[in-house]
Amino acid sequence: MKMSDQAPPAKLTLGPVMFNWPAEKWRDFYFRIADEADVDSVYLGEVVCSKRVSFVEPHLGDVIERLGGAGKEVVVSTLALVMNDREMDLIRSTALMDDLLVEANDVSTASLMAGRPHVIGPFVNVYNEGTLEFFARQGAKRICLPVEVSAQTLSVLAAKAKELDREIEVIAFGRLPLAVSARCYHARAHNLNKDGCEFICGEDLDGMELETLDGTPFLAVNGTQTLSYSCCNLLSEIGAMRDMGVGCFRLSPQDLDMVAVARIFRGVLENSMEIAEAQQLLAGLAPDFVFSNGYFHGVEGGEMVTGSPR
Amino acid sequence: MTAALELVCPAGTPAALRAAVDAGADSVYLGFRDETNARNFPGLNFSRDELAAGIELAHQAGTRILVAINTYPEAGNPSPWHQAVDDAARAGADAVILADIGLLDYATNKHPDLRRHLSVQASASNPESINFYVKNFGVKRVVLPRVLTVPEIARLNSQISVETEVFVFGGLCVMAEGRCALSSYATGISPNKNGACSPASHVHYEEAGDKLISRLGDFVINEFSSDEAAGYPTLCKGRFVTNGKASYLFEEPTSLSAFMMLPELADAGVTALKIEGRQRGRAYVKSVVSAYRQAVDAVAQGLTPPPMDLSSLSEGGRQTTGVYEKTWR
Repeated sequence: MKMSDQAPPAKLTLGPVMFNWPAEKWRDFYFRIADEADVDSVYLGEVVCSKRVSFVEPHLGDVIERLGGAGKEVVVSTLALVMNDREMDLIRSTALMDDLLVEANDVSTASLMAGRPHVIGPFVNVYNEGTLEFFARQGAKRICLPVEVSAQTLSVLAAKAKELDREIEVIAFGRLPLAVSARCYHARAHNLNKDGCEFICGEDLDGMELETLDGTPFLAVNGTQTLSYSCCNLLSEIGAMRDMGVGCFRLSPQDLDMVAVARIFRGVLENSMEIAEAQQLLAGLAPDFVFSNGYFHGVEGGEMVTGSPR
Repeated sequence: MTAALELVCPAGTPAALRAAVDAGADSVYLGFRDETNARNFPGLNFSRDELAAGIELAHQAGTRILVAINTYPEAGNPSPWHQAVDDAARAGADAVILADIGLLDYATNKHPDLRRHLSVQASASNPESINFYVKNFGVKRVVLPRVLTVPEIARLNSQISVETEVFVFGGLCVMAEGRCALSSYATGISPNKNGACSPASHVHYEEAGDKLISRLGDFVINEFSSDEAAGYPTLCKGRFVTNGKASYLFEEPTSLSAFMMLPELADAGVTALKIEGRQRGRAYVKSVVSAYRQAVDAVAQGLTPPPMDLSSLSEGGRQTTGVYEKTWR
């Protein structure tokens, strides 16, 4: 597959860790990313639950410094659901940090960042060129699209973004964030409620697997967030997306060797690795995951469409 | 005395609209017969002519008509959504209910005098988000997502200058509205894009021994023994297994009923109460609207709403006050 000649080099990005990892594990994960991972941009910060924020906060400064020192663009991600004064204070204090690039995952944060360069995250509904244009006018430099965009949608939005001199980012790897709620399903599964949750979500580093009654794996629960059981894998679609003008490919962290995952995606982006070989390596790295690419192909999000892309 | 709460009622058909008007609705909300609204189900909704007739009938009774155009326009194909806004304006609708920022931008520029409400599908749950929609698009009312407790709603109302509308009865999203891709993950049909959640076209029932199994797409949503009533397989009301235990992890098959909380909602500064159910028939609309009319009138006089049993109109015969009480979370 031939990449278009005039396109700027594609960027690989690492999304925010969405799970409640132990703080030291979280810190060491990002340290290793800083030292070893071939990614251009790294997102970090709590997206799912404000109750978790205090855990990683003591390490945030060190991690940002290490990533910046390694030449990575650092982006601070923010809460997807903002419901009370405490959560408003959290996003306001993030937005106040002048020298940081912020990913807005709710319209509230997008509003606070208006007039300054920022990223619109995948939890903000950008489905069409009208909305894309509005956020571009507000100062968004990059828009990471929601999970349920098809190739047809992507081609329209990538063209519009090019016209507006903005970047389009797509989640290319990781369990897909499908829903967010006020209710904590992790707590509920353990007969707890959200206020007395005992941070039970910390037990499941890749989310708590949810099966149907006939034993079919279906979803993964991460506190108030519901993710896909399947792991998005758009390795085979990267060429098509590059041709459309998609510039950034996001790897969403799972509890596996993300440095190696980045190496595989980089190999495909640079045409130095065949797709088949890349797929085989990725499957070897993530033996416990099943893959999906259905949204890109305009079918059920949980499907894995094989054969020639598009 | 409390300012009277506005009762906002559903209509999926002209017959349901008439029933709502007759039963005392202050406002009726409805949508066009296509993917531009979030109840895009076969056999439902209004043609342009039906809207015109409905507006005439409603306005004669002093009832307002709100047109929901609350899905997210398809990339490269904004016309059906723009046309819907244009047609609602031309027909004399009292307001449009919108969720998409691009569409709000279009309506603001093209029809500045057309009143705009922010749909629940925009999931605006805090003052900063709401003020964003007020400042940029002049929205006059926000339908709140079902994520806030009553004290949180009161606090929010003290921080904003526009009206709020809250759901009080009917189907209950447990995820933040407009931010849920569970249905499209299982079926390929998206509530946000296509206006249908857990669509009937993807529902299957099959017998297995003495059990009845319900599926949405390829996924088993529930199973029922012969003495259980089989419910519709709405994805988030299904029975699933976590840690080896089967449960209604997201929510039981139940409906929202905030009947006894109306005085608290009034005290919290809410302007309007919304009844869900554009997919329901006129008998349902008549029963629920009549009951809520009496309750709202009682609250306006400072009285406690008379107890009324609406459980037969609820999913699975069960009711919840949902997120309005903190323990739900």
